[in-house]
Amino acid sequence: MTTTHAHTEAEAEEAFDATDPALTRFDLVREGARRDGVEIVHYAPRFPVPGTRAERRIERVLAFLFLLTGLMGTAFVVAYIAWPWKYGDGDSTYRSLYPYYTPLLGATLGLTLLTLGLGIVVWSKKLLPEEVSVQERHDGMSDSTEQLLTAATIVNMGDELGLKRRKFVGLAFLAGAAPLGAAAGAVLVGSLLKAPTQNGENIFSATGWDPKNNGGKPVRLTHEDGTPIRPADISVGGQITVFPGIPDGATNKHGDSPTLLIHLREQDATETLKNAKELNKDSQWQNYVAYSKICTHAGCPASLYEQQTNRLLCPCHQSQFQITDNARPIFGPASRALPQLPITVDDEGYFVAVSDYKIPVGPAFWERP
Amino acid sequence: MKRRKIDVRALPANSAKALDERFQAATPLRRILNKVFPDHWSFLLGEIALYSFIVLLLSGVFLALFFDPSMREVVYDGSYTPLRGVEMSNAYNTALHISFDVRGGLFMRQMHHWSALLFMAAIVVHMFRVFFTGAFRKPREANWIVGVLLFWMGFIEGFGGYSLPDDALSGTGLRIASAIMLSIPIVGTWVTTSLFGGEFPGEVILDRLYILHVLLVPGALLALITVHMGLLVKQKHTQWPGPGRTNTNVVGVRMFPGFAAKAGGFFMIVFAMIAALAGLFQINPIWQFGPYKAAVVSAASQPDWYVMFLDGSTRLFPAWEIRFGLFGWGDGYTIPAIFWPTVVLPGILTMLPIFYPFIEARFSKDKAVHNMLQRPRDNPFRTALGAMAVAFYVVLLISGGNDVLADKFNISLNAMTWAGRIGILVIPPLAYYAAYRIALGLQQHDREVLVHGVETGIIRRMPDGRFVEIHQPLPVAGNGNGHGSNGHGGEHDGHGLDYAGWVVPKKMNRIGALAPVVKGFFYPIEKAAPPAPRAIEEPDREEITSGR
Repeated sequence: MTTTHAHTEAEAEEAFDATDPALTRFDLVREGARRDGVEIVHYAPRFPVPGTRAERRIERVLAFLFLLTGLMGTAFVVAYIAWPWKYGDGDSTYRSLYPYYTPLLGATLGLTLLTLGLGIVVWSKKLLPEEVSVQERHDGMSDSTEQLLTAATIVNMGDELGLKRRKFVGLAFLAGAAPLGAAAGAVLVGSLLKAPTQNGENIFSATGWDPKNNGGKPVRLTHEDGTPIRPADISVGGQITVFPGIPDGATNKHGDSPTLLIHLREQDATETLKNAKELNKDSQWQNYVAYSKICTHAGCPASLYEQQTNRLLCPCHQSQFQITDNARPIFGPASRALPQLPITVDDEGYFVAVSDYKIPVGPAFWERP
Repeated sequence: MKRRKIDVRALPANSAKALDERFQAATPLRRILNKVFPDHWSFLLGEIALYSFIVLLLSGVFLALFFDPSMREVVYDGSYTPLRGVEMSNAYNTALHISFDVRGGLFMRQMHHWSALLFMAAIVVHMFRVFFTGAFRKPREANWIVGVLLFWMGFIEGFGGYSLPDDALSGTGLRIASAIMLSIPIVGTWVTTSLFGGEFPGEVILDRLYILHVLLVPGALLALITVHMGLLVKQKHTQWPGPGRTNTNVVGVRMFPGFAAKAGGFFMIVFAMIAALAGLFQINPIWQFGPYKAAVVSAASQPDWYVMFLDGSTRLFPAWEIRFGLFGWGDGYTIPAIFWPTVVLPGILTMLPIFYPFIEARFSKDKAVHNMLQRPRDNPFRTALGAMAVAFYVVLLISGGNDVLADKFNISLNAMTWAGRIGILVIPPLAYYAAYRIALGLQQHDREVLVHGVETGIIRRMPDGRFVEIHQPLPVAGNGNGHGSNGHGGEHDGHGLDYAGWVVPKKMNRIGALAPVVKGFFYPIEKAAPPAPRAIEEPDREEITSGR
């Protein structure tokens, strides 16, 4: 059923009487749409003859989908309440059913929503009348008169305030408003602002290995649990992560302090000693070296140690460092060597740090020395 | 007093009347009900983003009831035995609590995470659709910019979200974020200490991220989405060329009931997919990673997929650190290598798309209003540029997981990095060239069919022994694209038909020779036009049959 109205708008509006009993409801719909700039050019029922087999089939499908929605929704509620859900609880049956709790929720809720969604889509595609409507866009610029009227209204506001005549008042207002804006910014920035220094020292340059964290005494190298380390604790070619032996030394309070202590093989140790830069002279203790574990690229722990080649790999961005050559970067995005921690063994036979790192550990920053 | 009987049948009409007396709603309400929406499968990509955002809000509210972002150290005492007695932040503790000790908590957590991934994926694919079809052109530049901002807001929201549980993976991501902030010239250290309240990780970052994640960024997202939808309603949807469709109208169905029902049903289907993913596919099993410790990381530390392209750029960028002295102040200054791929690159990737609509309009000297979409082939330059951008993005995305690829396919890690470094320079130009040629080729084929007709598959032997294939000229219909039902005669003047900016039928069944035309990607979107009785009449074929 395709019809077109040839009336002009004014004609139609004048002639239209919404209370006319001769008009069908759809005539009213069409007129309403027309007044909204929408022309319904094609509108036809999907099933012009009611109750055909095809129509009944669609209705059955819909009824099935919606009943399934109800069924699955109920199943979800039952499963949510009754199925074993708490990890590690109950007897063996409970424990064997527990792993299916979340999958069951997903399957039942998914099917509930899927059947509902499919039902609604099928309804709209198969039962709603076929329709093609055309709406005019009416876009582009506003009428030029309209533009002028609005512009005049806006410019007039300036006149009303007398901004041109009363320049001094305007300036005074700005002078008053600017500090108010600054006040809003100051509260936000000022409350958050924190200098990167502590006691005049850049906090990115100091780590937990600084002896002043230990009452001026050299800081011991310890395991995560705080026990100190003897040279014999690491086998040849082995490596362990060590932390400063100070309170909270192994926690995230000293996130820049984790260090890798490596027991090099004899020939590697000799080579390392030979390669040592001026800065790293005297940092090695016998065949043991300690390097910062914090990657100089993005600060991830460079923790994958390849014993055969004495290379250290950072798993975040694959920077590789040559341990036997001052932990110099040999591949990947890191541009600086890992700082070396100068170590020795104290009177009781435990590893200690001679001093803090001589250069800042971790990622680079603007003012780093 | 006599109680008046309420006329139930008149109740709706009376209440409507009472409402209209107060709000004068009849005209504006009908206007909304009658708003016309065009239909095409590609228009629902943005809808997926909208619906996943709604799921994100709902599941997020649930999680907020049980989550505490505090970095206060506690000892775990929940039901997950392997972690009992382990010291951890209360954020990680409550995230575990949600996963194991809240009924349906794990399901909701996974739903939140999956819908976040879907949200970002839908935004990206929707953006491709808008770019390649030219939907961003005047008058829709502002809405395109809002879309770009929505992507970055979603990016920040997602990063904040997966940083909050404070597992080992979260902490690694935050560690890298702090290194990125540190790398900013001049203010880097100040920005980092101000945000983290000291050196990384400090004790406040999760509290700050939390308010960002649950209030500020969602608020911004909600505001931007409102503007996005508001502009869509105001400017009306773009449409593909087709019968009766012009630059000044919209052809489709009215919003109610047709469009709204389909959209509502589609929402339920998207919701269903998220629910099924959340229940059946594990995501971010934080209990396996353990609490964040500065010294711990595992191999294959990947961010969520939408952050991976930046991880890829970080991996690929060479170790080019710049060090220089400045008037002899301090000890010299550094611009770390990580600054370029993580601060400068995202800056470029934000600014280029924002300005692209204006750049294109300027270069093509195109100031017209465009409400009709363009097929990607019809603007080879833009399509090729888009293909180049996509190729650039994909190389970075793959490089973001190059360690996993190296591991699974037994390739050298260094080879993967070098492949990425070379690939990022070589592949985008290749993609540009290939897309440009493909677009031109498709254009040419369209023109060929319009001039010579559709290949029929009927081979004819000529008197001199040559074989030729018979081409069926397209019917000269009112709209010239083969869908008109009032095609009159096959009078073919040899100059071909005009290209209408829309699909040219290239197979006989598309013009009604075989089964009915089924048009659409997944399901028929238009009813096939009945074959025009005289349109496919072909004298040549008669000759063959009359030869017996």
